[in-house]
Amino acid sequence: MIDRRSALQGGVALLASTSLLGKTTLAFAEETVTLPFGNGTRPLGKFPQKRTMIVQTSRPPQLETPFSVFNEGVITPNDAFFVRYHLAGIPLEIDPAKFTVEVKGKVDKPLKLSLADLKKMPSKTIVAVTQCSGNSRAFSDPRVAGGQSGNGAMGNARWKGVPLKAVLEKAGIQAGAKQVVFNGLDGPVMDTTPDFAKALDLDHARDGEVMLGYSMNGEDLPMLNGFPLRLVVPGYYGTYWVKHVNEITVIDKVYDNFWMKTAYRIPDNDCACVEPGTAPKATIPINRLNVRSFITSVMDGQKLKSGNVTLKGIAFDGGTGIKQVDVSTDGGKTWKAADLGKDLGKYSFREWTLPVKLSAGVHELKVRATSNGGKVQPERAVFNPAGYMRNVIETTSVTVA
Amino acid sequence: MSMFRMAGRIAAIGAAAGLVMAVGGLQAKPVTYKLPPDKSQFKPGPNLDLVKANCTGCHSADYVQTQPRGPKFGKDFWTAEVNKMIKVYGAPINADDIPKIVDYLAATYQ
Repeated sequence: MIDRRSALQGGVALLASTSLLGKTTLAFAEETVTLPFGNGTRPLGKFPQKRTMIVQTSRPPQLETPFSVFNEGVITPNDAFFVRYHLAGIPLEIDPAKFTVEVKGKVDKPLKLSLADLKKMPSKTIVAVTQCSGNSRAFSDPRVAGGQSGNGAMGNARWKGVPLKAVLEKAGIQAGAKQVVFNGLDGPVMDTTPDFAKALDLDHARDGEVMLGYSMNGEDLPMLNGFPLRLVVPGYYGTYWVKHVNEITVIDKVYDNFWMKTAYRIPDNDCACVEPGTAPKATIPINRLNVRSFITSVMDGQKLKSGNVTLKGIAFDGGTGIKQVDVSTDGGKTWKAADLGKDLGKYSFREWTLPVKLSAGVHELKVRATSNGGKVQPERAVFNPAGYMRNVIETTSVTVA
Repeated sequence: MSMFRMAGRIAAIGAAAGLVMAVGGLQAKPVTYKLPPDKSQFKPGPNLDLVKANCTGCHSADYVQTQPRGPKFGKDFWTAEVNKMIKVYGAPINADDIPKIVDYLAATYQ
């Protein structure tokens, strides 16, 4: 959890300096936020169509959602939705009237569909979380290389689009097809860098839920979230949610580019984990989100008045839905079941609330979600070399007086 | 999509922040935007120019600056990272320059 150190740092500092003309001018020092891990200070910044975000990196942009946003509601606003590109060749001009997505490869009838073509087809709407595989990587113990995210590389939106199944049926899948590859307008700066493209197994791609999304929370997608079309893969990590998707290729083998064969792999065991310092025996592509939950209404290190307070937060998993959320106010000795909020579907954040009475002293608040699939968050964080899939039971310490 | 890659190269140079949403009229117009300039710069250190020349074409300095610090993140860590840039991401870095870049990274981001 973000703690008090991560609150916006004292507004902005005023710096006085003297210009060449001898007049005193005032300059604003950069606003920063310090996330609760080593080397965790980050600038805050504005990008097009975005409110002030935590700038993990500028180019290519990786923008983290300030954690307080998750307490505003279970739907993450478009202007606060996290951004994660891999390669700096990102499109800076897109004409939605001319944009097309190609469907090719092992199909009977290759297609080139405009946005208007897609919008004429029957649509589907799904509320779903997308989360960066490396969300919370900076909390990995031991630390590992990669984007050093806090907990804000996730978001929940209402996605509207066309089921990929319908598009694939229109093209006609040929016998022997195995996977579907998705490529977007973003790409590398240099031709020697592997272009970002991802693949799904054919049966997954045509499950009726994977879709080509053209609307997010009732609006066009923000540029930095994949305008005008992105792949929506409910329940799966964000790496598969290819942005600006304009090329869909059906292939008769398992796709083996860098981004599938080498990157975004997890240990092939139940915990997707290994002992630090050891290598996995076998790996598989990262896939479904594991079960997680957070307290959003209080921050680590916060001071509270003794008495009654209603704790609130979110829980989610990779598509079985949330069965139960338990909260502890005594560091995990005793647990109470929280009330679950409105069910927006099995892929959505689920709000939970629990009125508790806090006595004076330091309290370790913990929240633990159980999925309908029977998975429970672990008490101790598990480790994998890439720092993926963190889902330990979160602890939020508060001082009550 | 070479047209878009080209756009990326322009973005890499960095430009003033701003978004131009073409509005008015019934037809959708092209949406264009500019990325804000890099929020961070490489800190002064040995071989800084060489580092800038080899690294900033593809990514901003914060990709380096935000990595974990401490005794486990010294020369071995940075050697692995530079080699990853070459072998995995195809960075055209001369072999002779690798130790110079590693020296800068290990000395500057401890």
